[in-house]
Amino acid sequence: MALTYVPPEPGSDPAPWDNSYAGAGTVTPGRVSITKPYWILFTSQVHGKAKSVLEIQPTLDPLTDITLIVGSGSEQPVPDDEYEHYFRVYAVPAGYTVAEGDELPPDEWMVGSQTGPLTARANWWNTSRTNSALWSLLVCAAVMFYIFLARKGASLFLRRIAGLDHVEEAIGRATEMGRPILYTCGLGYISDIATIASINILGQVARKVADYESRLMVPSRDPIVMAVCEEVIQEAYIDAGRPNSYNKDDVFFLTDDQFAYTAAVNGIMVRDKPATIILMGLFYAESLLLAETGASTGAIQIAGTDALAQLPFFITACDYTLIGEELYAASAYLSREPLLVGSLKGQDLAKMIFMILTFIGTVAIFFNLEFFQQLFQAF
Amino acid sequence: MQLVKKHLPIAIAFIMGVLMFLQFYIPSKTSNDFLESVTQWDRIISAFALLLGIYSLLNYHYHKLRKRVEGWGFSVVIYVGFFAMLLSGLIGGIINPPPEPVLNSAGAIIGQVEVYRPFMWMYDFLFVPMQATMFSILAFYIASAAYRAFRARNKEATVLLITAIIVMLGRVPLGAFLISYKPFGGEVELLPWFTEWILNNPSMAAQRGIMIGIGLGVISTSLRIIFGIERTYMGGGGD
Repeated sequence: MALTYVPPEPGSDPAPWDNSYAGAGTVTPGRVSITKPYWILFTSQVHGKAKSVLEIQPTLDPLTDITLIVGSGSEQPVPDDEYEHYFRVYAVPAGYTVAEGDELPPDEWMVGSQTGPLTARANWWNTSRTNSALWSLLVCAAVMFYIFLARKGASLFLRRIAGLDHVEEAIGRATEMGRPILYTCGLGYISDIATIASINILGQVARKVADYESRLMVPSRDPIVMAVCEEVIQEAYIDAGRPNSYNKDDVFFLTDDQFAYTAAVNGIMVRDKPATIILMGLFYAESLLLAETGASTGAIQIAGTDALAQLPFFITACDYTLIGEELYAASAYLSREPLLVGSLKGQDLAKMIFMILTFIGTVAIFFNLEFFQQLFQAF
Repeated sequence: MQLVKKHLPIAIAFIMGVLMFLQFYIPSKTSNDFLESVTQWDRIISAFALLLGIYSLLNYHYHKLRKRVEGWGFSVVIYVGFFAMLLSGLIGGIINPPPEPVLNSAGAIIGQVEVYRPFMWMYDFLFVPMQATMFSILAFYIASAAYRAFRARNKEATVLLITAIIVMLGRVPLGAFLISYKPFGGEVELLPWFTEWILNNPSMAAQRGIMIGIGLGVISTSLRIIFGIERTYMGGGGD
């Protein structure tokens, strides 16, 4: 639907309200043509009530091609198939407003006749996310390329990650001291990618713990995460050839409440005095409570999270911290499986691309070249 | 067995991964209905999984009680607390009745008093204060962690200490009171201005770098799962 607006003569003051403007335009299906400046209330009506109201204030700029999105107003327009919309344009007094669900303005204020019935239908592609899809596919291509190289047997270098290099040492220390290792996947659910990354690390850690025949305790906050952890640890013990060393009672559910979980884990730290504490996954305000209590027991602490706000707490209170992406790299780093390492290299390539783009973007903005900025905005 | 434990989960992960990726870009009614359906399944599975969690909790503490391990008294507290909440909720209900009016000697209403079910009483006057207590401890832990972090042991720690002092002073009225000079002829005093500059420039730049890394890590991990390269989370289905 297009709205054609003819600006007033230069110097003339757009009248805030003049009833004589009513009838000054015409409405035909799919097109609204306005010939005089006034406040415009562009609304659809459903069962006699206003819906999807758009208010246009007088302006000297020509207005064309105004699109009215029918729906909830959320980022993704929700189709409203059950209603037939009749679109109306009203000339209304300045400041006159109509909220969704209100009675419609008087018919004599209407410009032309109503348009309709029209029914909103959602598109099959959200065009405002096209560039997001393209950038995502670019990153996917980079990752897939290196996975392909890894399949071919290419040798891929990984930089050292101190926190992960010390996992084995920390497990060995716990074994020597005859004390358990405490591992928590944080407060995330299985639908959180950080929790899945943590479970992947747990698999590698459990394998090493099984080798050392040490004890691994995993208190969980979510029953599904607990069930997955049980499976992963059991399999690690079987892989290590020590299925009998696996103790099912060492993987247990505590509570799904944040601070009750924190209190329970802190209690385990204080009572059982684990020699090594590994905190990996999604954490919120409890991060410092856990890390400080662990530090007070003298345990070696290795933490990792993608929660930006919690990183300073872990860095302060833990011996080693995996920062952001290192959490996702940990599984590949510990296992050294070529395909996993390949995906890491792809991630690095994507990061390199974004670093170059950031540099070019900085220069482009400096020289006011807005076209480059638009590449990263919704279109 | 391989089909059930390995191939089927990988196939489900692949199909659902691709569908959810596409769902993000397709705003049609079918796509939204699919998302809603998956979300509902997630809630249903979570509800049933809670039973698994309760069994695990009670079983864990049952063994601690049976073996009389150190701290078994806490397991008694768990059992008492669990059954007290469960039974009071089942027998007495969980929704409080309407407040009762308070009458004066003349019989006029001068106020109202809340009537608590045992479940809500325990929730409001035991559980919530205990939660608040745990959260309050954070203040003391922040102080001890800050002390450890801000010790000027080397050059980096000294820079951190100086920055922290500036930011802390810039966040409270004392900072503006101590140095009233307003840079660039603006309306904001030096320390608050410098604090904002630190937070909006060096700090924000570092945070965005980490965020970009996290985003790429998420994509990479998702791809590994969708294409069945990462299978550790499947436990027995790994190989």
